[in-house]
Amino acid sequence: MEELKIALKVNDLDNVATIFANGIKDGTEVEIRDKRGNKELVTVIGDVPYGHKIAVKDIHVNEQITKYGEEIGIATHEIKKGEYVHVHNLDSMRGRGDWEKEEKQ
Amino acid sequence: MTTWYGYRRPDGSVGSRNFVAVIPAVTCANDVANAICREVQGTVTYMHHQGCCQLPPDLDRVTETLISLGKSPNVGAVLIVSLGCEGTDHARMYEELKATGKPTEIIHIQELGGVSKAIRIGTDIARRLVMEISGIQREPADVSEIIMAIKCGASDTTSGMASNCVIGYVADKLVDLGATVIFGETTEFLGGEHLLAKRAVNEEVGKKIFQIVNEMEERAKSIGCDMRRGQPTPGNIAGGLSSIEEKSLGAIVKSGTRPIQGVLEYPEHVTTQKGLWIKDSPGREPEILTGMAATGAQFMCFSTGRGAPQGFPSMPVIKICGNPNTFENMKDDMDLNAGLIITGEKTIEEVGEEAFALLLEVLNGRMTKNEAIQYFSAIDIHCLGPVI
Repeated sequence: MEELKIALKVNDLDNVATIFANGIKDGTEVEIRDKRGNKELVTVIGDVPYGHKIAVKDIHVNEQITKYGEEIGIATHEIKKGEYVHVHNLDSMRGRGDWEKEEKQ
Repeated sequence: MTTWYGYRRPDGSVGSRNFVAVIPAVTCANDVANAICREVQGTVTYMHHQGCCQLPPDLDRVTETLISLGKSPNVGAVLIVSLGCEGTDHARMYEELKATGKPTEIIHIQELGGVSKAIRIGTDIARRLVMEISGIQREPADVSEIIMAIKCGASDTTSGMASNCVIGYVADKLVDLGATVIFGETTEFLGGEHLLAKRAVNEEVGKKIFQIVNEMEERAKSIGCDMRRGQPTPGNIAGGLSSIEEKSLGAIVKSGTRPIQGVLEYPEHVTTQKGLWIKDSPGREPEILTGMAATGAQFMCFSTGRGAPQGFPSMPVIKICGNPNTFENMKDDMDLNAGLIITGEKTIEEVGEEAFALLLEVLNGRMTKNEAIQYFSAIDIHCLGPVI
């Protein structure tokens, strides 16, 4: 049997977890673990490269995405539990000269 | 008591290396400085790209940074190479470095009749300086005399969970032992500045942290675009970092947990400061490594995930790799494997103690990997205004 892959949730407030494993494909089952030792099996949606993140719960559009217990961006799409989270569905809130430029126009 | 062995300078500071620094006062003097260095062992140079046709605040910044590089305890003597018509203040460089008590010389390429003559005369001077300082013996130094610079580069998501945690462990340990620790990369405070401000020793320092982050963010925003690809870099993004906030929150882990004493300007040299300090600087290697060496750091602990191999001419750089795959792939460039934290084979404390033992060895003279293969010529000085 293949070894179970782990998704690490760093802080209790986090709605994403990081997978440090190769070969995570759409449909792979991973175990979300937190620092308290809680474990939960979830099916990954999307192919997730080494060190990338999945949602540990459903995240709605414009909802804050949280890692280390802090804001790392907002959701630009509806994100399902287990789904791959990265620049395709997460928007940064900082250094957005493009937003300021749009406001001025 | 932890003792290490270094070169004690006239001002009381202690170096881990004993170089003659051949300092180009302006970028147009680089080739002469470099030619001298090729001829004389025990010398280093700084191939920067500044020093002329810049606004006065930047010219002062370049002058002061070059002075601070010469003041570094890893430098035993200085040869300034001036072209003669540059915008930096080469006379001030000479006076201030001479005043430190280190053997200091200056040559002017135009005055000496051109490049070939300047190289010949400069080579003779550099050889004499090397012979003069090469007899200096290492002496015992206290752990509280250590000035450690820290940085992360080519980060991925392992950085914030492994290698930066190791550096944070070492930073806390050194601060508790009375040493000085400097971190920077102001751009990589964006999204985590409120956590740093909470650790400021007083309200003024807290405000200053918000101020330098705001200034850096405003400079980036003034261009009118999303800063992604600049920060985080394509490599950071490929490594799983989705935003500057995520990168920052992982980056600030390397500063440990101790109070932040204050903010140093980019050219500023440490004199009596102890504890944890911020140097206001961008994240890019060539500029921040120069700023950190100017601080007077005897070495740097550098965390990486994707594999950043760069070092600095006069400051040994220890590469601590958080990504176990990268460590295997780039073993020849990485000094310490913090990837074993990710694989669960070691704890942060275990690798932290290994890093502490290694840094003492490096202070005592052991070469780091980038130092041994001299991978350190890409350096520059961070300026704020345009080249005009």
